Amino acid sequence: MKRLFLLLAVLTMLIGLSAPALADGHCMDALGCVEVAPDDPIVIASILAMSGPASFYGADTLGGIELAIMGRDGMLLGRDIELVEEDSFCAAEGGQAAAQRVAADESIAGVIGTTCSGAAQGAMPIISEAGMLMISSSNTSPSLTNDDADAGGTYYPGYFRTAHNDLFQGAMGAQFAVEVLKAGKVATIHDGDPYTEGLAVVMASVFDGLNGEVVFQGAVSKGDTDMSAILTEIAASGPDVVYLPVFVPESEFLVSQAANTPGLEDTVMMTADGSFSATFAQNTGEAAAGVYMTGPHVSGDAYDAFLAMWAEEQPGGTDAPPSGFHAHAYDGTNLLLDAIEAVAEEMDDGTLVIGRQALREAMQAVENYDGLTGTLTCQEAPLYNGDCATGTALAVFEITEAQVNEGAWPPPIVWDLSMSMGASG
Amino acid sequence: MSIFKWKTDEFSWVDFTIDVLRVLIVLGVVVGAWNTLSSGRISFAQWVNLFAAGLSQGSIYALIALGYTLVYGILLMINFAHGEVFMAGAFSTVFLAEALNRTGFLNEQPLLAILLMILFAGLVSMTVAILLERVAYRPLRGSPRLVPLITAIGASFFLQYTFRGLYGSGFKAYPQVKILQGVISIGDINIPIVQIFVFCSALILMLGLYWLVERTRIGKAMRAVSENKEVARLMGIDIDWVIMFTFGVGGFLAGSAGVINGMFRPQGVNFFMGFIPGIKAFTAAVLGGIGNIPGAMLGGLFLGVIEAIGPNLVLAGLGIPGANQLKDVIAFTMLVLVLIFRPQGILGERLSEQKA
Repeated sequence: MKRLFLLLAVLTMLIGLSAPALADGHCMDALGCVEVAPDDPIVIASILAMSGPASFYGADTLGGIELAIMGRDGMLLGRDIELVEEDSFCAAEGGQAAAQRVAADESIAGVIGTTCSGAAQGAMPIISEAGMLMISSSNTSPSLTNDDADAGGTYYPGYFRTAHNDLFQGAMGAQFAVEVLKAGKVATIHDGDPYTEGLAVVMASVFDGLNGEVVFQGAVSKGDTDMSAILTEIAASGPDVVYLPVFVPESEFLVSQAANTPGLEDTVMMTADGSFSATFAQNTGEAAAGVYMTGPHVSGDAYDAFLAMWAEEQPGGTDAPPSGFHAHAYDGTNLLLDAIEAVAEEMDDGTLVIGRQALREAMQAVENYDGLTGTLTCQEAPLYNGDCATGTALAVFEITEAQVNEGAWPPPIVWDLSMSMGASG
Repeated sequence: MSIFKWKTDEFSWVDFTIDVLRVLIVLGVVVGAWNTLSSGRISFAQWVNLFAAGLSQGSIYALIALGYTLVYGILLMINFAHGEVFMAGAFSTVFLAEALNRTGFLNEQPLLAILLMILFAGLVSMTVAILLERVAYRPLRGSPRLVPLITAIGASFFLQYTFRGLYGSGFKAYPQVKILQGVISIGDINIPIVQIFVFCSALILMLGLYWLVERTRIGKAMRAVSENKEVARLMGIDIDWVIMFTFGVGGFLAGSAGVINGMFRPQGVNFFMGFIPGIKAFTAAVLGGIGNIPGAMLGGLFLGVIEAIGPNLVLAGLGIPGANQLKDVIAFTMLVLVLIFRPQGILGERLSEQKA
């Protein structure tokens, strides 16, 4: 009896070890398998904003992906790595269309994308349904990892991200406004994009929780050039700080017009990583000096080595990354490739079999991964399904004359979470 | 058209509905404005500021709207690619502006530099407009009216992506001209100098157009072609040339509007920047009465002011949240209302059967 039990246990273990993908050469994975024939490459896809106003983000991310692949000499498990590029235009419809093309290609093992949170909301239902997984290096909207649909959550299984959740970034903006700027009243502006709206809402609620007063919450529309109406209304509400986590060029219009709006000449403007680009300061002109920005901040030797590699390889033809999410993309790509390496199994005829559910589980199991953007642990709490970043790779920057007149980038860092009085919280 | 027609004539549900709508709109505007004004949330000086900004924005709409109206007046077609003609001038000239700024010429001889930029932008846009007419519209003259309309939409995309290919997809910004910065103060009212500049230069261009159309030989020819092409031809007018000239004039105005817009709202210069001003200017042209030149000017100014003041005055007073985001809603609601209540526009006359 005891021997039979032992035998069963051993058998279970054996099955348990091999079952995720294969039993007798058949795919046993709950979500199906990717089969890579002996001479075929391992295919991954990117769904990024490659055209339109947000295309500099797409180029930034694509550079990170390409460097991660180059870092392995373009090889994984003895196969070439092939990257399929799709364009999502930073819009839900674009994300949906790109996801449909990706989902139709069964050879794709995993996706790096999307650039914009709005695009992810269009893409994820399709990617998830196809059994694939998607790792985003720049989606920051809290809803994407929140599985409580009643609270606005839009989480789909298979979604992961190495970008920080805006719950971190919005809270950081509020803490900075209260602790450093000593602000008592704040006005927030978003542009209807889930990313900007999420940030504005989180910032306002944390600010409120820190005994601040939220005097105005409003929105502009993408494509607006004349901001005088909303700025006049904000001036009437008398805030100390205006928090405008919108994209360029709307943020440029807002900041430059606020400087000429009576009552807002000396009000502090704060924006977030949607405007985190060198052209923001130059396009906005003098009014940009003194604007605070929250945004990704990565440092360390490994990151310096990454930048050196970028300067040498020049992905996308630029000497330096055009925005701030390349390191997140590098980490995300490495996590994906590591997961593929961990779960792929080779059959007798040389075909590689990668279980899709096994791939998701391998991502979910990532713990204390030492990446460029800090230590990554993919979480499962109700608010953070698939959130692998921990929010430490963020800082507050201040735009100075050097950014406006000389095009110096990035701007100096004035604060990060380690300086917060409530750092332990 | 008599108000409350249904009382006198035979009862009609359509007239009844339209009258109810009319009453509701007036009521909404009055209640909203009353609530806002009595709350004193926005001071008199701020209202003046909003009005001035609206007037400046409106003069830019007006300049673009003239291009729609000139072409409609002469060909009875809506040139939906006209927003892209505006973009062509504005986007091309941003590079000239940067160069002038680098050499310091822009701030040493600002008026000369701006004049140079306006001429350059005008020429670029004029060239684009003339090519557009020659390549896309002339071969289709005489075909059903839907055909050039669809072609215009195609041409619009073609131009957008051509310019994206030429100059890239990033955002550029016009450099700021020092003498246009700052404000003129009258009591506690501060009007930015740039807004006065925008309004005056638009006015000069419009007066120039008025002179051209009313006082010159070619203007007379334009009016004649607009009146009746066949008779004009019989009088020895080269119709093709007049039509091309009209496109050129519209293009020049749009290009100059691009530079004036660049002085007023320097940021956001990219290949897609013509779309929204184009739609807004079209709305302005219809508001004023399409085909009518003073109408386009008035429609543009009216639209700009309504957009600037409407959300804060009416919508906020009615307790509508996010009123400022509804600026475009106001603009396009105006369009719908004009089409319902006064299809010929503010200054328009009822079109004769032949024109309509």
